[in-house]
Amino acid sequence: MTELLIKNGFVFDPINGIDGEKMDIAIKNGKIVEKATRRAKVIDASGLTVMPGGVDIHTHVAGTEVNTARIIRPEDHVKDVERKTAITRAGTGYSIPSTFTTGYRYSRMGYTTIMNPSMPPLEAKHTHEELNDIPLVDKATYPLLGDWWFVLENLSKGDIEACARHVAWMLDTTKGYAIKIVNPGGLESWGFGHNVHSIDDQVPNFCITPREIIRGLAKVNKLLNLPHTIHLHTNNLGLPGNYKTTLDTMKAFEDLYTDGKPVAHITHIQFSSFGGDSWGNMRSGAEEIASYINAHRHITCDMGQVIFTDTTTMTADGPFEFTLYELSGHKWVNGDVETETSGGIIPFHYKRNNAVNATQWSIALELALLIEDPWKIFLTTDHPNGGPFFAYPRILAWLYSKKARMATLHRCHKKAQKKSLLLSIDRELSLYELAIMTRAGQAKALGLKHKGHLGVGADADVAIYNINPETMDIASRYKTARRAFKHAAYTIKDGKIVVKDGKVVAYADGRTMWLDVETKEPCVIDEEMKRKFREYWTVEYDNYPVFDHYLKVPEKLTIKATV
Amino acid sequence: MTVINSVICPICGCLCDDIEVTVEDNKIVKMKNGCAVCESKMVHGYNDEERLLTPMIRKNGELAPATMDEAVHKAAQILTDAKYPLLFGWSSSTCEAQRVGVELAEELGAALDNTCSICHGPSVMATQEIGIPTCTLGQIRHRADLIIYWACDPWSAHPRHVERYTAFTEGRFEKSEWKDYLEKVKGASSRKKVEAASRRILNRYQPPPRPETCTVNAPPQSFLKYGRKMIVVDVRKTMTAEAADYFIQVQPNKDYEVLNALRCLVVDQELDVDTVGGVPVEYLKEVADAMVNCEFGVIFFGLGLTQSAGRFRNIEDAIALTRDLNRKTKFVIMPMRGHFNVTGSNVVFAWSTGYPYAIDFSQGYPQYNPGEFTTIDLLKRGDNDATLVISSDPGAHFPKPAVQNMVKHPLIVIDPHMNCTSMLGDVVFPTQWCGIECEGTAYRMDHVPIMLRKVVEPPPCILNDEEILRRILEEVRVIKAQKAKAEIEETCK
Repeated sequence: MTELLIKNGFVFDPINGIDGEKMDIAIKNGKIVEKATRRAKVIDASGLTVMPGGVDIHTHVAGTEVNTARIIRPEDHVKDVERKTAITRAGTGYSIPSTFTTGYRYSRMGYTTIMNPSMPPLEAKHTHEELNDIPLVDKATYPLLGDWWFVLENLSKGDIEACARHVAWMLDTTKGYAIKIVNPGGLESWGFGHNVHSIDDQVPNFCITPREIIRGLAKVNKLLNLPHTIHLHTNNLGLPGNYKTTLDTMKAFEDLYTDGKPVAHITHIQFSSFGGDSWGNMRSGAEEIASYINAHRHITCDMGQVIFTDTTTMTADGPFEFTLYELSGHKWVNGDVETETSGGIIPFHYKRNNAVNATQWSIALELALLIEDPWKIFLTTDHPNGGPFFAYPRILAWLYSKKARMATLHRCHKKAQKKSLLLSIDRELSLYELAIMTRAGQAKALGLKHKGHLGVGADADVAIYNINPETMDIASRYKTARRAFKHAAYTIKDGKIVVKDGKVVAYADGRTMWLDVETKEPCVIDEEMKRKFREYWTVEYDNYPVFDHYLKVPEKLTIKATV
Repeated sequence: MTVINSVICPICGCLCDDIEVTVEDNKIVKMKNGCAVCESKMVHGYNDEERLLTPMIRKNGELAPATMDEAVHKAAQILTDAKYPLLFGWSSSTCEAQRVGVELAEELGAALDNTCSICHGPSVMATQEIGIPTCTLGQIRHRADLIIYWACDPWSAHPRHVERYTAFTEGRFEKSEWKDYLEKVKGASSRKKVEAASRRILNRYQPPPRPETCTVNAPPQSFLKYGRKMIVVDVRKTMTAEAADYFIQVQPNKDYEVLNALRCLVVDQELDVDTVGGVPVEYLKEVADAMVNCEFGVIFFGLGLTQSAGRFRNIEDAIALTRDLNRKTKFVIMPMRGHFNVTGSNVVFAWSTGYPYAIDFSQGYPQYNPGEFTTIDLLKRGDNDATLVISSDPGAHFPKPAVQNMVKHPLIVIDPHMNCTSMLGDVVFPTQWCGIECEGTAYRMDHVPIMLRKVVEPPPCILNDEEILRRILEEVRVIKAQKAKAEIEETCK
C-alpha cells in the first residue's frame, strides 16, 4: 500500500489536543504512523485545514424505511441526478439518495464514517445489503431493540441478565453496533394503533413502563460493556411541550452515572425540545434542556437540525409519523414489524415562513450553542428527517458565524424570530470546536478508538479543507468557508485519496463494523427458545441471522461483557 | 439420504421457510410442509426433460449447442452493438443477480424493467401517489381480527398464505380459525345433504329470497362473532371465498365503486343508491361496521384490482380507505406479490437507482417513467433493438405485437428451462434454479429478506444467474474498451 505524507497543514485533532498546529501527518498501510519514508507521496497541505475524517452518529442511509421512501418518492429523485463516470456509478438524490450517491456525497464533504441508526432486526439483511453498496465510507448500524418482545418480557420479569444475553445474541445475529430505542413502549402500543404519552404510562399487554425499558436497557448496555451508550429517541417526540418528557427521561438515568461514562445518547434532540402546549403557542424548550445538560455529565446528544427544504421524514416511531400524516395529509407509509418495532414515512417541506418550522430551526442551533461543552452535542440533521446530510456545511456556517445565522433568521417567520434565543447568543464556534462536533466527539461517544483522531495507530481517514485559519476569518467570510466544507480539498480513506477538489477520484469499499459481545454464559437457544421463535416470528430460527455473506468487508469488534 | 430443514420455497411471494426436504443421490425425493405448487416444482418440476443443459446460439435459424465462452461473447456482442437494449425479467432471480443486472444496464445505457410492470406496477404507482400503511406478515398473524382478501385467491395462488400468516394461524393476541373452518365445511356439506333430501322427499324446497339485482348473500350470523373474521371480495366464488366468513361478489370492473362506497360508509355518509357494483348498500354498511369495529384489520389485494378497469386508481382508493380507517382503528393493506422475488427486484433497483421499475439509463443517469420505459409499451413501440430476458417468459404471455417486435431484434434468454421465449432466443443460457441449486437473497411480499438455500448440486458446467451476468458484464467492458481504442486509432489516422 502506498505511503502518504500530508505536509504543513493546520491540524485540528481535538482528541490529541492539537488545535491548529502546523504539522505533518504520515500514513502507511491505511494507518497513521510516526514518520513517513522518502517514498511517501506528498500532499502539500500548507495553508489548508487538516482534520480527521468526519463521523456521523445518526443518519438514515440504508434499510427498509429508507428504501421504501425511495420507492414512493420519484419526484424527489427527478430533480437531482448523478451521471455515471468511469469511476462512479450513476444514481439519484435528493433527500433519499441512492446508495452509491450517498457514499460519494459523504466523501466529498470529508466524511469517512457513518452510522445507520434504525434497523428492524428482522430486516437486518436488507440494511446490510444496502450498506455494502455505500462506497468510500465505513459504516455500522444499530438494531431497534426497545420494543422487542424478548426485551419487554425479560425486563417486566426484572431479569436484566437474561435480557443482556438476549441483546448480545441479537447484536451478533443482526451484526449490529449499538442498542437503539425508539419511543419505548409506544411502538408496541402502535401495534393496535395506540401510543404512550409519558415515561410512566403502562405499555398495553406487557406490564411495563417506558421508564423501566430505558433504565433496563441502559443497565444492559453497562453489563455488556458496549462501546456506545443506548441510543434513544424519546417518547412524545415532535409534540409541543415534549421537553418535559425529555427532562424526565434524562433524569431517569441520573443514578446510573457511576463510572464517568455517559449513560444515554438522546438523538436528534431538537425534535424533543419543544415548549408550549399546542402548535399555536409552540416555543423553544432549548434553554431548559441545555441548562440540564450543562449541569449533568451522563448525557450526550445530537442536534437534528432542520433545513428549509423539501425532505422526507422516516422513523421507527410509527405513531409520530401518523401524527405528521394527520397534520400534513401527505402520502403516508406505515411499516410495522412483527414482535420488534414499527416505522413510518412522510415527505415533508420545512418552510422558513412557517412559525413551527422556523422555531425548530432555531431550537437546534440554540441547543448547539447553549450547551457549553462541544463533546456533549454533535452535528446531525437526523438525515433525512431534518434535511439531507449534504446540507451540513450550511449548519456549520450557522454555528461558526453569527452573521450567517442572522442572515437566515431575518428571513424566518416573524413570530419565530421574536421568540428565538439566537438573537441573544453571540457564541461563534472555532474550527477546533467544529472538529469536536463533527468527528472527535462523535467518535468518542461511539467508542471508536481508531477513528476521529490523527494519533499514531488511528485509521488513516483524513479530511483536508481549503481553509487557512491564519489568514481567513471564517465568521465573517462564512460563504467561502462553507464552500470549502462542501467540497473537501482531499478526502483520504484508509490511506487512499478518494476525493480531490470535491471530485471522487478513486473507488474504495468501506468496512461494516459490528460487535461480537462475549458473554460469560452464552444465550442458550434450546428447543423451547426455537419454539418461541416460531411463535413470535414468521421466519424460522435458522433463516433469521445475518450470515457472513451479507457483509462485504466486515470488521468484527470483540467486546467482553461482565455478565 | 439427507434431510434438510428450514428450506425456503422459491415459488411465490409467501417464501415459506419451513420446508423439510429429503435429498437422495442429488435428487429431491420428498418434501414436507410445502403446498402442492411447492411439491410439484421442488420434487418433480425443476429437473424435468425440458431442462436446458448447455448454452445455445442460433445458427442458420436453428438453436445449436455452444460453449459458455462463445455464448457469453455473442451475448456481449449483441448488447454492445445495440443502441438501446432492454433488460427484462428479474423476478425469479436472486437479489445478487439483480445487482449485477443494474450495473449491466448502467454500462449499456439500457432500459431496465422487471415483471412488476405487468402485475403490481399499478400498486407501486398508487403508493407513489398516496403512500401505503402496511406491516410484516407476522404482525397480521399476531393481531389481525379482520382479514379481507380483495380480488385475489390465495387458496390457489399463495396456497399457504391463510394457513401461515392470516386466519388459520395462532398469534399472540388472536386465535386460529382453523376449527371454525372445519365446522363450516362440515356444516355446509350436511346442509347440502339435508337440502337435497328435502327436495327429493318433500319436493317443496325453496331457496332463500335474494334481492333481484345481485348475487350477494346477506352477511351470515357468524359475521358478528368475536374473534377473527375473513371476508373475500371477488368477481367469482373462489376456493378462498368458500373458506371465508363472508363473500361479496362484485360485478367485474366495479371494484372502484365498491371501494368508494365503503369509504363513504366508514365516515358515516349516506348513499342514495340501493346497490353498488351489484352489492346492496345495506350489506356494505355491515362490512363497513365490521371494519370500523375491528381491533386490527388488513386488506390483501391481488391482480384483480391492479389489472382491471381503474388500475392504479383502484389501489389508490383501497389505500385511501385504509388511511381513513386508521383514524378509527388500526388498519393495514398489502399487495399479494406473485413471484418469489418480485419484491426483491423492486428493492434492489430502488436502492441502486432510486426507482423500483421502468428505468432507463440512456442518458447516463437513471430515469423513471411507467408507460414509457415499461416493457410492453417499449416493445409495442419497437424502441429497443436487442432484448435480454432473465427468468421470465414474455414469449408466452406478452401481447402479439410486443412479441413480434421483440423477435425482430436479437434476443438473449437466461432460464433453466426451454420455455417459449428460449425457443425464440438467439443466445440461450441455461442456469441454476435459484433456491434449489444455488443460494441467494429473496424478499417476501412484505419486504422481509430471506436467504434461499441450496439443497442439491446443479447439473455440471451450469452457472447461476449472477455468474452469467457478471461474465457478460466483463465481456461487455472488454468489447467497449476495444471499440473505444479502435475509434481513437481511426481518428488518429
